[in-house]
Amino acid sequence: MTAAVRAASLSVEGLTYTIQGKKLLDNVSLRAGQGELVGVIGPNGAGKSTLLRALAGVIEPSDGDCYLEGRRFVEMPARERARAIALVPQVAPMAHGFTCLELVLMGRYPHMGRFQIEGASDEDIARQAMRLTDTEQFAERTIETLSGGERQRVFIARALAQQPRVLLLDEPTSNLDILHQLRVLGLIREWASNGATAIAAVHDLNMAARHCDFLILLSNGKVISEGMPEDVLTAENVSGAYGVESVIYRDPHTDALALSLIGPSAGFPHRNRVKAP
Amino acid sequence: MLRVAGIPAWGTYRRSGVLTRLAIGAVTLALAILLIVLISLSVGPVSIPVRSVASTLIGFVGIDVSDVSRTHELVIQQIRLPRIIVGAAVGMGLGVAGATMQGLFRNPLADPGIIGVSAGGALGAVIAIATGAAGLFFMALPLAAFSGAMIATLVVYGISTVSGHFSMATLLLAGIAVNAFLGAIVSAIVILLPDNGALREILFWLAGGLDSRAWEHVLMSLLPIIGGIGIAMVMARDLNLLILGDDEARSLGVNVVPVRLLLLAVGAMVTGVAVAVSGTIAFVGLVTPHVLRLLLGPDNRVLIPMSALGGAVFVILADTVARTVIQPAELRVGILTAFVGAPFFILLLIQNRGRGYSL
Ligand SMILES: Nc1ncnc2c1ncn2[C@@H]1O[C@H](COP(=O)(O)OP(=O)(O)OP(=O)(O)O)[C@@H](O)[C@H]1O
Ligand SMILES: [Mg+2]
Repeated sequence: MTAAVRAASLSVEGLTYTIQGKKLLDNVSLRAGQGELVGVIGPNGAGKSTLLRALAGVIEPSDGDCYLEGRRFVEMPARERARAIALVPQVAPMAHGFTCLELVLMGRYPHMGRFQIEGASDEDIARQAMRLTDTEQFAERTIETLSGGERQRVFIARALAQQPRVLLLDEPTSNLDILHQLRVLGLIREWASNGATAIAAVHDLNMAARHCDFLILLSNGKVISEGMPEDVLTAENVSGAYGVESVIYRDPHTDALALSLIGPSAGFPHRNRVKAP
Repeated sequence: MLRVAGIPAWGTYRRSGVLTRLAIGAVTLALAILLIVLISLSVGPVSIPVRSVASTLIGFVGIDVSDVSRTHELVIQQIRLPRIIVGAAVGMGLGVAGATMQGLFRNPLADPGIIGVSAGGALGAVIAIATGAAGLFFMALPLAAFSGAMIATLVVYGISTVSGHFSMATLLLAGIAVNAFLGAIVSAIVILLPDNGALREILFWLAGGLDSRAWEHVLMSLLPIIGGIGIAMVMARDLNLLILGDDEARSLGVNVVPVRLLLLAVGAMVTGVAVAVSGTIAFVGLVTPHVLRLLLGPDNRVLIPMSALGGAVFVILADTVARTVIQPAELRVGILTAFVGAPFFILLLIQNRGRGYSL
């Protein structure tokens, strides 16, 4: 094990995940340290969710290892891992009848003994997490009565209530309005800056460029490019991975890297061309 | 909504903490059980005044209040009390098996009877009686029923997850198929068996119900069922997470595969034991957790223990009505539970249309 692996909060080495003979992840390595927000970008089906699920210990890699603070996942009890790593899934699961507070309190389960029941301090932590994601007003409502974006924010609150050292988010802003996109990404940024590590799959490249410290560009399960946003987000990379022509510049208003999408690249194999009837 | 001044609306309780809901539910249901048991002990072909019932019960714990006739005491001690306790054990087991399976299958329509687990238990018991294995040792019959129930559970579970993800339609269809298949085997055994003691025993047992249940049946069923409920209660928090999906459960620290297998085994065990002492009693496992979920919410830490108490209330009440409503004849308890449960099931199907309920 290298010194870099030990220093990183979360790292993977040579991660490969094969299912039904298909390599969904192919020799992926990454390291994320304390205070960092790492963005995972790439087209649909690139393997972003698969990578996050492996990092959360939800799926077992076919090859390669995941390390939390230098310890291999497989050497760690599931509950101990759950106290350190939280995952916000891409699609909020359905659980008819559970109130939002009950769901957020589930984030406290890994911290409670088997015969323990959540106490006042757990409820405080849960409500605080709900305030941060602007969902406290839904505390008593059952989850199925919420809109898609509201539901997504409840599950972000649950991950925060888990008080993880590593926060994994699979497209946490996909259903959010612009205000809540900014608030949630700001929140994750702040969470990371306070000593945690955050890894988020993000589709909006402008958001990714603006909020992430590092980016990893995945395509077909392989890392195509990684590094600072200005290194990864080049017109060449975007065209190569997504088949989209873009112009990349520094936005004078936000001082962040910004993309203008011109259109699909000529000659890129777009499979689903629309035919007029 | 109707509001009584000074009493908060039910929603306030529904949303209160786990312990509060447990306490409210436990006290209410325990009082209900006490009341129903007193009534059930007093009614029947020999009518016993509730006062004598109370005195007899007090007499059991050693305090002598000798104003009870010996006949009444015998009726209570040898006939009604064991029958009620077996009914309570069966109701507790079926209620908890229903709640557990509904969580495991992420499906509010899962019930040991509907998905074929009870039928598996029945076949196991029939084979044990037909081959004489049931007489080998004391717990042989419940053990055989448990084995049958476990095999049926694994088969149905395997079929309904064969597409890689869980499907509710497949579960119910697999349940129908397994029920029919196992029923056919039972019928074949009954037809092929020579007319001897074993056949009469099987026919009596297949008819189901709680009549002539005695203390040996209490001994057979009470401990395994209470043990199973205990395990389910300990695993209730994990079951909450399993309802959200395997990924969710894993990322919150549940060892999904062993936990699921353990809970499936618990469901099969309590169902099998219940079937061994009472035949198949339908719909208890469906109706009980459903009603309680509406009242107390879906948290399994509340739902599982309350389904035990609620199932006991349901079965004892149904059995009391069954044996008194057309005196001197008796209906079987399963007729009563089906009479209430089947319309309830149809109501659920109608209510859930369009929602798909893949849960
Ligand atoms: N169980 C599975 N069996 C076979 N293929 C799978 C399975 N799960 C995922 N895949 C495939 O793996 C690839 C990567 O999936 P993944 O969900 O990681 O993509 P993603 O990068 O998150 O995409 P998106 O942007 O759409 O969320 C996809 O092509 C998907 O079809
Ligand atoms: Mg994805």
